[in-house]
Amino acid sequence: MSNVPHRFAPIQRLLHWLMAACIFAMFFIGVGMVSTVAPTYPPLILTHKTLGVTLLVLVVIRLAVRLHYGAPPLPADLPPAMKLGARLSHLLLYGFMIVMPLLGLGMLWAAAYPVVLYGGIRIPALLPQSDRVHTLLWNAHFYLGFAFFALVLLHLAAGLFHALIRRDGVFGTIALLPSRNRTTPVE
Amino acid sequence: MNQSGRPPRSRLGSLVLIAAVVGGAAAAFAYTAGWLSPGRLTPERMIAALTPPSGAPLGHRRNHAKGICFTGVFEANGNGVELSRAKVFARGTYPALGRFNLGTADPNAVDATVRVRGLGLQIAVADGEEWRMALINPPVFAVSTPQAFHDLLIASAKKEPEAMKIFIQANPEFVAFAGWAKTAPWTTSYAEEPYHGLNSFIFTNAKGEEHAVRWSLLPTVQPGLVSQAELEKRGPDFLEQEIAERIRTAGPQRWTMVTTVADPGDPTADPSKPWPEGRRTVQVGTLIVQRIEPEQDGPCRDINFDPTVLPQGIRVSDDPFPAARSSVYRRSYDLRAAEAGDYPRTGTVKP
Repeated sequence: MSNVPHRFAPIQRLLHWLMAACIFAMFFIGVGMVSTVAPTYPPLILTHKTLGVTLLVLVVIRLAVRLHYGAPPLPADLPPAMKLGARLSHLLLYGFMIVMPLLGLGMLWAAAYPVVLYGGIRIPALLPQSDRVHTLLWNAHFYLGFAFFALVLLHLAAGLFHALIRRDGVFGTIALLPSRNRTTPVE
Repeated sequence: MNQSGRPPRSRLGSLVLIAAVVGGAAAAFAYTAGWLSPGRLTPERMIAALTPPSGAPLGHRRNHAKGICFTGVFEANGNGVELSRAKVFARGTYPALGRFNLGTADPNAVDATVRVRGLGLQIAVADGEEWRMALINPPVFAVSTPQAFHDLLIASAKKEPEAMKIFIQANPEFVAFAGWAKTAPWTTSYAEEPYHGLNSFIFTNAKGEEHAVRWSLLPTVQPGLVSQAELEKRGPDFLEQEIAERIRTAGPQRWTMVTTVADPGDPTADPSKPWPEGRRTVQVGTLIVQRIEPEQDGPCRDINFDPTVLPQGIRVSDDPFPAARSSVYRRSYDLRAAEAGDYPRTGTVKP
């Protein structure tokens, strides 16, 4: 029992909230940029591409950190259905975090767009131009983007449910700052 | 379980708070997506305005739909280095790929019926940088803003003659373009046309100095000027046939790239406003078109000549058009890529 963590490691908590902020921004930038012809369009695209590649790097680091530190256990009294939901939703969240930037990069490559990030950093193309591949990846990036946003909202609601209604300490395991009334998960 | 010191929040209150947070985020998302603002000028609305009553040209560009591919080189003479640190201006030869085109949403338009002719161009630099542009032959753009361009499309599609009058009252800058369209002579070849960028960009040189510029590709052959009636006697595709034949018999065709440098105070945000005569110009190089290929299987087919694809040393200015064009071109590209089956390749590519 002694080496079972009661909270996520500080680096995990930091990565969680940093990526949460960036991912939330990505949803709004993405959906905003494709619906405007205003002068904000090029900087929004540039930010979306730069943040996307940054998030891809961050999720790789995050997975490595997760494998190293593990995760605190869920409360023992959590109903099995909720435990299953928690596990599945986290798997899906990781899946989205990995897949979304790859789909975004892939659809740009397949359209023969040069991928240039903030500061002039160029990402070389790993796919040749292809109408069909572009359309497939574009559709996947577009529709999975909405699904990802919906899942993030669900995750947010679940986090608040733990913090405000169940008050079972789950939120405290990932909170950036330690709660003054520390409640540790019971296991 | 109990957080001492705070009174227990009511379960209902907590639920309401959670619903408010999630609902608020969803509403902000919907607003950002434009779902709550039907008046917003989106790329979809611009493309809807471009679409003729007969329907969208499936598989083709939504505007400048008729065109033919070319390949060649851009020969930089080195003069551009004083204005921009873009590597494409260093003396040398860079691969070029482009497309002669007509400003119409109809890929089967009769050449003599289309007033605006254009040239899309992509110049590649060795390390993977690209410079893309799409130029047209009128000396000024038709309108001052993307919104006015949308309104022009709507007005010109209307049957009532009043519609254009009302549009011109609201957008008097259109008169200069209309005058050009009415009176400018027609040339008999893509090779005889000047192609103007019209939009203003900012060049930054190695010292960090910035200049607002516009650029043009000027023909090096004398134009044969004829009336539109004369052109109509030629075949519906005479421009494409002529440029292919000209290059086959007379060899590569050349255009001089000339950049015009703005004086402080010149209107950079409005491509319908020409800059005063006598502005400094710098010849930066020559476009040499060496080979013509049909679009259907050609290398320009799948290139989006997005004017915001720029090398380091060139960036957009306060001109609102490159951003708007980028947004609309991208949507057009997404659409035609998805519709590639409606414009099948004839070559070895699988169905």
